[in-house]
This record gives sequence, structure tokens and C-alpha cells, in this order.
Amino acid sequence: MSTATALRSRHLLGIDGLEPDEIDLILETASAMKEVGARPIKKVPTLRGRTIINLFFEPSTRTRMSFELAEKRLSADTLGMTVAGSSVSKGETLLDTARNLEAMSPDMIVVRHASSGAAHQLARICHASIINAGDGMHEHPTQALLDAFTMKERKGRLAGLKVAIVGDLVHSRVFRSNALLLTRMGAEVRACGPATLMPCGLDQLGVRATCQMNEAIDGADVVMMLRVQHERMQGLFLPSLREYFALFGLTAERLRHAAPDVIVMHPGPMNRGVEIDSEVADGRWSVILDQVANGVAVRMAVLYLLAGEGESSEK
Amino acid sequence: MRSERLLLKAVHLVDPAASRNGEFDLLIGGGRVLKIGKDLPVEDATVVELPPSFVVVPGLIDIHVHLREPGQEHKETIATGTAAAVAGGFTAVACMPNTDPLNDQASVTQFIVKKAADAALARVYPIGAVSIGSRGEQLTEIGDLHAAGCVAISDDGRPVQTALLMRRALEYASMFKMPVIDHCEDPSLKTDGVMHEGATAAMLGLRGIPGAAESIMVERDVSIAELTGGHVHIAHMSARQSLRAVRAGKERGVAVTTEVTPHHFLLTDTAVAEHGGYDTNFKMNPPLREAADRDAMIEGLRDGSIDAIATDHAPHHLDEKSLEFDRAPFGIVGLETAVSLCLDRLVHPGLISLNRLVELLSTGPARVLNLPGGTLVEGGPADITILALDAPVTVSAAAFHSKGKNTPFDGWTLKGAVAATIVGGRVVFVNEPVLGRASLGDSRGQGLSR
Repeated sequence: MSTATALRSRHLLGIDGLEPDEIDLILETASAMKEVGARPIKKVPTLRGRTIINLFFEPSTRTRMSFELAEKRLSADTLGMTVAGSSVSKGETLLDTARNLEAMSPDMIVVRHASSGAAHQLARICHASIINAGDGMHEHPTQALLDAFTMKERKGRLAGLKVAIVGDLVHSRVFRSNALLLTRMGAEVRACGPATLMPCGLDQLGVRATCQMNEAIDGADVVMMLRVQHERMQGLFLPSLREYFALFGLTAERLRHAAPDVIVMHPGPMNRGVEIDSEVADGRWSVILDQVANGVAVRMAVLYLLAGEGESSEK
Repeated sequence: MRSERLLLKAVHLVDPAASRNGEFDLLIGGGRVLKIGKDLPVEDATVVELPPSFVVVPGLIDIHVHLREPGQEHKETIATGTAAAVAGGFTAVACMPNTDPLNDQASVTQFIVKKAADAALARVYPIGAVSIGSRGEQLTEIGDLHAAGCVAISDDGRPVQTALLMRRALEYASMFKMPVIDHCEDPSLKTDGVMHEGATAAMLGLRGIPGAAESIMVERDVSIAELTGGHVHIAHMSARQSLRAVRAGKERGVAVTTEVTPHHFLLTDTAVAEHGGYDTNFKMNPPLREAADRDAMIEGLRDGSIDAIATDHAPHHLDEKSLEFDRAPFGIVGLETAVSLCLDRLVHPGLISLNRLVELLSTGPARVLNLPGGTLVEGGPADITILALDAPVTVSAAAFHSKGKNTPFDGWTLKGAVAATIVGGRVVFVNEPVLGRASLGDSRGQGLSR
């Protein structure tokens, strides 16, 4: 297998499109970046003079702050733009917003948008590198990368890991990116959730689907719980959150079926008592806060690598 | 007047309704077909000869287009839409009522008829709304619409909302021998879907519309047509389950007809993921479906269970199509690509005969809407399309006559072109590069030129 020394694309639009050696490269680079975060002075001059725009069309605290911190630790000049509501309601289209920002010559644009494919549409017209920080129900690649980093940190490997991902799969960009990344890296992915929230084509993804929580958790090295949104009752997806917790909620009792050293993950924000019991969320299994910490290192790695690619692809 | 006569001499004529498929002479004059036969005397007519790979067919008819006027002239006008029609070989189009204001009253119908007469290109047959405002609550004045020129009724863009409305519409419209055209889609199953529900939608994170959203309403409509004896026409059929329902209805003798668009028998949902993905020129309703559905549509075209090919020509402005995939409007243009796509992808590979293609693009559409035309008869209107079977075509959206450039076929290279279009004996479109100077008639410069 070839070993990547740089990313092949100048954008990070999704895990789809990344080769395993590129994923390895990002994860290795993230280890070095994590070390920066442990120093008394948590800043390196790597991206000095680079301009990064954080363009958020959807509310976000965790992801946005994580990107901002990563950018600042790399000494980039950053500015944020949060568009309340849709671009349409503001009277300016997404592409016009992007063209206006482009006129200010940013090196990178980190974008989050409620529409699947929004980052791809920007990448088609922008000279800046586009980093997808979550597009609709499609992908959230840096989340999957930080999840993989956390798993690798705890388990020493990704290949052969049994990973159960449980929850509202069909609406989840976190699930999609994780499933793509983990299957690509040789992990065994079990997808679990109510039949109403199960996407099509899971077998084509190489993912095993089940509606039985115990089956998904059985012998699992990693259990990743996804957020269930309260509005799912309106689409007739769920009868009640009470029943959801009874069938799919993660409790200490259920975790007994997992591997003894199982770790529990959650991309946040958590609904305690809906998809996860507080005893588990705060318990010895939980690596949820590690995920948050690692998010900064992984995003530093992505920014660093894309900046390098940006220089070499100015042909 | 006699000097206006055209004699198409020893041309290959394909007219399934008249059981003609061979070399004939056609004499045209005064807007009508005067004579069809062998070795007709030239007399004072202008003689037109065509190369051997050219075919003369009864004027093509597209029974499902959106001309957008009145109200959405930034997308299309009746003038630009009919210019696109004749450039695509269509001598007649039937236009859907979802304009602004909606064609739910005779005054709007009259406006459309007048604008079409002003444009003087393709014939335009308006389709009126089933319900006032297409809201599904109250029947339009269907008799009035018919008297003003409507040939069918439809709430296209939306389904005929309730079973009762469909029942009453079929019963009432049957008095005027008008079919009810239904855009079959169960709104509760469609929800806010933007493409076909399947593995591709799941991978792209786009909300899906299952084939069953269409077929359960097709089944409803077939049952109500059976109940009432009325004629229901299923618009832009896309799902294999729908085709099963139509076939079953036809076998029982129910008056159900159906049409399919070129994009539904040529493309599949995986196209939405190609070329970087999320190209809104692959967003239409009904959506591109799976290979099994596409193959079923081709089978339906072959075995006769589909009555017509229609384009669902739906022009949109570039600004509208440049939105995010889930926010962009549904629809693509089709008038200027249909013939080349059909020749290249259906006739040349041998999936259907040229005869069958003429049935699907002319005879069948005329029958579905009880329109004049669909065949060439002595004394009948001279609505004629001339096809150049082997002419190479590269689709260029920028060169479309339509205001809408929203096509998924831009840049496709195809074999088979429209050479000329004649409406009421008047040559309304000539494809100069294809037809060539040499065959334009005699030295007087008359013949197939405008």
C-alpha cells in the first residue's frame, strides 16, 4: 500500500473520496498536533498569514469552537460568519455568499450547511479549500476523523474493531462519515436503530444492520450513540422517547454484552435519558470528552495538510 | 396559390396509423396534405428530394410541457417554448395549467390560445386545471375550459388530491370526451423527498421519494377509471410498480393511458451522485429511479403498454437551479433533446423500431388527447416532421431556443436529428447544417426554407 505524504484533493468534502493512506496521514498528523495542545504555549506559526473563514449556516457550538481553536493554534487569521436561518430567507444565495467571501481571498472556507451537498457546490466555484463541517444529512468528515483518532488512541488500531453505531441513522451525517471511514479502515460496523430510521443500502456500504440492540452491542469494542431529535415524533418515526429509550437507550445493564474494555462515544450534544443513561455517559466507559479534546488536534491536522496541498497545487 | 405547393418526391414516409412505411410522394398545398401516392405528377409544385437516411413522419406531439406563460416569463414564454418545440420536431404541444394565474378559467385558456396564435410556430393545446387553484376542493368550469380550447384537465405539479375529486372529475370530463391527466404522487409518502429513495439517496444524505408514492395513486386512479368509465391518463410514469398497475388496468379494459419521459427511460438515480454530485439538472419530479424501473419503462415502450413519450419540458431560470439541491425546483427541459435521445438510445440500438417511435411520439399522443394529427391523410393538416436518422448531434444547452437551459444531457453526442418541421404546410423550422443547401428545392429558392 502506498503511503500518502499529502492529501490528494485541496478540499475535504467527505470521507468519501479519501483513501486509507490519506486517513492514516491525517490521524498521524493529528498525534503531532495533539502534542502542541499539551504545551504551555499552545501555538505554532504554521499557518501564519493564512486566512480562514468559518461559514456556518447552522447553529453549532462544539464544531465551530473546535475549528476556531484549531485555526488559532496554527496562527491563522480567522473570521466567522454565522448566517441565522437560511441563505434564502436572507435574500442572498449560498453561491453568491461564497462568491463574495471569495473576493476577500481566503485560503480556506470551513462550511456548515443544512443542505446535503452544499460544500460540494461551493467547491465547484471556489478557489479556496473547502472543508465540510457538516452538510445536511450527508457527511461530517472531521467528526469521523476525530472519532477514529479517539478509537485508535484507546484501542491501538481500527482494523478488526467491532463498532456499534446506534440511533437515528438515516438523518445522521455523523453515521454516514463514520461508516465510510471505519469500513474503509477494516473495522466491523454494526448499524442499529429503529426500522423507521434505518437508511437504504447499508449492505452496499459493508455495514451490518440490525434493529436488535443486544445483537449490535454483543462483543463490541466501541459503542457510538447518536443523538435522537425530539422532532422525530412528528414524522411518525417514533411513538415516544420513552419507548425509544426502552428499546435503544444505552444503559450499564446493556453494556454487559459488549467487550469488557468497551468504550462509549457520542458526537454530542447528548440527550441524557433518551439515547444514553447518565450512568454510562459519565461512567468509566465514556470517552466522550476525549472526543471533544481530540477534535481540535484532528482539525489542526486537516487544516495543516490542506494548506500544504494548497501550495503544491497552484499549477 | 398553386405555386405554394410542395412535392416531397420519393421520400421515406413512416406513418403507422396509415400503415405506411416506404417510399411515397407527398403533395402539400394550402396548409393541407393534398395527395399521398407513388409517382405523383410534379405540375407546378416545388420538388423536394431528401437523402436516403431522411424520414418523413406525421408531426410529433408532446402532450406534457410547461410553457410558463402567463406569470413566469423569466423561465419561458409561449413564443420561446413553441420555438423550442418546433426545433425539437414537435408540431404540437399540450401545455400544463400550473401557470400564474393558473389555467383554471376560460380567460386564461383564451390568453394562451391567443399567444400561441401570435407566435405561429407549434400548435398549442391548453390543459385546464381539474380544481380551482389546483387546490383539490372545487371543480373548475370544465365545460367552459373545453369550449375555450382545453383538451384535457390536470392539476399537474400536484396530484388530484382525493379519490372523490378524481371520481367526479372523470365523470364530468367524460361529457366532453376529455381525459383527466394525473400527476400521481401520494403527498404523505413523498413528504419532503428530493430524489428517488434508495441507496444513492442514502449515500448523498438526500431525502427519498419511494416508487410506491407514485404507484399507489396510479392504482387508485385505475380503480376509479374502472368505476366511472372515464379516461385517466397517467403523467410522467416512472416506477415499475406503476407500470404493473397500468398493464393490469389495460388488461381489464379500463380506459387508462400513460406516458414516459426520455429521462426516465435513459437515466437512473445514480446520476445524482456523478460528476461531483448534487447537480440540480438531475432533480425532477418524479425523480430518476433505479435501473429496474428504467428497464421496465423501456419494456413498456416496446410492448405497447406505454402510449406516448412526453418530455415534461419544465424550464427554470439558472438562478433557481443554482440553489442547494434540496432547495432547487424540480424539473428539466426536454423539447430540444427528445428526438435525438430517442433515435440514438431506442431506435439505433434496436430496442424499438422507427415505426414504434412514431407511434410513441405522434400517433399515440394524438390518440391520448383526441387531437387531430398523428397521421397524414389527404385533406388533413400538413403537420410534418422530417428526421435525419444518421445526423450527428452534440447537445448544447446554450444553443437551445428555450429559455430553460436546465438539461442533464448537455454535451451528449447523439446520432439522429430533426431536419425540418412543417406546421400547417408552413416550414417553421429548418436545421440548415443537417438539411444542407443542395436539397432545399429547385432553383427558385423555394421549398424547405423559411
